[in-house]
Amino acid sequence: MTELASFQAETRQWLEENCPESMRQPFNSESEWCWGGRKFEFISEDQRIWMQRMGEKGWTVPTWPREYGGGGLSKDEAKILAKEMRALGCRKPLESFGISMLGPALMKFGNEEQKREHLPKIARGEIRWCQGYSEPNAGSDLASLATKAEDQGDHYLVNGSKIWTSYADQADWIFCLVRTDSSAKHDGISFLLFDMESKGVSTSPIRLISGSSPFCETYFENVKVPKENLMGELNKGWTIAKYLLTHEREMISSIGESFATVSPSKSALKTIGTDSEGRLANSALRRDCAQMEIDGMAFFLSLERGKDEAKAGQGMGAVSSMFKYYGTELNKRRMELQLAIDGADSMVWQDDPKVPALWLRSKANSIEGGTSEVQLNIISKRVLGLPDK
Amino acid sequence: MALILNEEQQMLKEAASGFLQDKAPVAQLRELRDRADERGYKENVWKEMVDMGWAGIAIPEQYGGVGYGYMGLGIVLEEVGKHLSASPLNASILAAASVIMKAANEAQKAELLPSLASGELNISLALEENGQHKTSNFETTATPSAGGYVLNGEKRFVGDAASADKLIVAANTDKGTQLFLVDATRKGVATESVTMIDSRNSARITFKDVELSAADRLGNDQDTSSSLSEAIDIINVGISAELLGISLRVFEMTVDYLKERKQFDVVIGTFQGLQHRAAHLFCEIELGKSMVIKALQAIDAGEPGISLLASATKAKMCEVAQLATNEGIQMHGGIGMTDEYDIGFYIKRARALEHSFGDRNYHLDRFASLSAY
Ligand SMILES: Cc1cc2nc3c(=O)[nH]c(=O)nc-3n(C[C@H](O)[C@H](O)[C@H](O)COP(=O)(O)OP(=O)(O)OC[C@H]3O[C@@H](n4cnc5c(N)ncnc54)[C@H](O)[C@@H]3O)c2cc1C
Repeated sequence: MTELASFQAETRQWLEENCPESMRQPFNSESEWCWGGRKFEFISEDQRIWMQRMGEKGWTVPTWPREYGGGGLSKDEAKILAKEMRALGCRKPLESFGISMLGPALMKFGNEEQKREHLPKIARGEIRWCQGYSEPNAGSDLASLATKAEDQGDHYLVNGSKIWTSYADQADWIFCLVRTDSSAKHDGISFLLFDMESKGVSTSPIRLISGSSPFCETYFENVKVPKENLMGELNKGWTIAKYLLTHEREMISSIGESFATVSPSKSALKTIGTDSEGRLANSALRRDCAQMEIDGMAFFLSLERGKDEAKAGQGMGAVSSMFKYYGTELNKRRMELQLAIDGADSMVWQDDPKVPALWLRSKANSIEGGTSEVQLNIISKRVLGLPDK
Repeated sequence: MALILNEEQQMLKEAASGFLQDKAPVAQLRELRDRADERGYKENVWKEMVDMGWAGIAIPEQYGGVGYGYMGLGIVLEEVGKHLSASPLNASILAAASVIMKAANEAQKAELLPSLASGELNISLALEENGQHKTSNFETTATPSAGGYVLNGEKRFVGDAASADKLIVAANTDKGTQLFLVDATRKGVATESVTMIDSRNSARITFKDVELSAADRLGNDQDTSSSLSEAIDIINVGISAELLGISLRVFEMTVDYLKERKQFDVVIGTFQGLQHRAAHLFCEIELGKSMVIKALQAIDAGEPGISLLASATKAKMCEVAQLATNEGIQMHGGIGMTDEYDIGFYIKRARALEHSFGDRNYHLDRFASLSAY
């Protein structure tokens, strides 16, 4: 047996022994995701055990180095793990901005002490992070942000406010873009890490059109942040911010990936039925399903190709923008199609409405993490080389 | 398998690109069109392609081929699409050789494939009977007779018939759908050349009481519609590769034009309305490319269920090529409408390919049927 084959066999066995039965069902809704952190309320003991076991093995972050709490797996091994988890239907043990956004940036720009302090806690789901980027007057033009951090000798004094901070009210720590030099735009931004329990931090939830309140307005009033919490160099935060954004985009496009192989036609067959020739009874919907499933397949294969190219060091360049753009637009289309399939039933708004809430939530996909228009701008400039003026 | 080209395939791509740029560029197609060349391609160019092994590229070595698989042929076809290089590669190799590989018996393969690979023999597939693609229930009939069969019917859109030595004719028989190998010069075969929009050779061929022997039938004496359909899946993936090449080239021309044409004192590529359309087109083409690579690999790996992937790939590439050529012309403005500019050749070839072996609607419909809905 080759090394990979035996890894595969061991992995399968481990998952079978350690993944609780109830964690092998597809998520019914986002409310079943596991976020971890100090304030998290697990929906079941199984959910807690699953996160804990995977966290201990480092398989919440399979490719991170072992010394930082990761699984230390090669890309090929990680691919096998993902495949085996898919085969068994295992739920993602931990959903986390720490994993998908901060981790990669910490690994690249953090100092050794910061890495050792934060990465293992992220891997084990002990600390939940939120992202303090956007401000009321700094959205797509993020670099115009104004939240200020003043040098007070041994600490920075942070004043200002952030908006659309996802799960700020449930997060333990924040990674935050602050202005440390107001005479420069991009070169006056720094990247700070701090505890949300610091004195002077407060949050107020904002309700979304989908009903829930996953994001907040976040206020900082004379918040003292120790100097060692500066990540990277002073006034060099923009580089980190952009690097982190490429990872955020990858995470958001992976939403597209997880749905790419779901066939809307299956649910259409259930609600609409077939004609005498066994075809979906509504031919317009049948066409939409076919188009959607083909695009889903094409998108999934493109993500795979993206990974293969990255591995071979070829890289398509600005791929994260392409996947962010296409995956989120695809997801919005998919949800529109789901409404078309469910018909008026999808307009019922009571008893935890799933489809209409997901449909509404999907509208944010092409806004969060940089809007579709911004992604198209990036592709135009970086990939196509189209000029500004 | 990783969805990327290996070193050997990358070299093939570069070689094909260089050769076609040099020996069979768009200008050549224009010239062939302008003098209404009957054959529709240059024989000496085809001969060089054969010498480089392209005719045998997807044919296994045991049958005199090079054994690079359909990935190899797909790479060449993509480059062919970029340069609109005319040759019997589609008709004789992608189409006819694939049908033979899938539907012929061992003796027929051993006889025909080496001659196709060496370019001694050209074969065209006589399949369609009207503008709607189908793979069975043909009007053309082959009726059993004392000596074998008598063939009657009319076939249309037979590619590169002008230079074909033989034809593979799909006909209805008492067994269902069967395929027959017929000499193009056989008594009762009448070929009428038809000018197509892409300036490539095509023909309407009538078969009147053509006498055939049992040995002229491909494969054994049974219904061959499923082997035919497997071959057509391969053909559609090959066509998708050519459509990909067309889309990539048109996109390149368009982006170049956006960087060069000035209006309102700035290059038009600064207009966000155009930038976003170009960026969207880029994404669509990349998606199509992933499908083409996957489908070519799946054919070579002999994966089951290739039909679904083939129809998905063709449907997607039809959509992408339409978008690329339509947007390409629009973003060129008036010059895009002129015959003097090359883009017109691309849109014509793209549509002709889309409408061969089933267009986007055909394949969307088939995709749904194959997925049981
Ligand atoms: C559900 C959700 C969760 C979020 N979570 C977080 C979070 O955790 N942390 C955080 O920091 N932020 C978060 N955000 C904020 C998000 O990043 C911003 O909403 C986004 O960057 C857009 O900024 P804006 O809302 O100010 O819109 P604006 O920038 O005002 O955009 C308005 C419109 O103008 C368009 N536009 C703007 N500039 C251009 C341009 N140059 N060219 C063309 N069109 C343009 C946009 O595409 C959009 O259509 C979240 C947003 C949502 C919806």
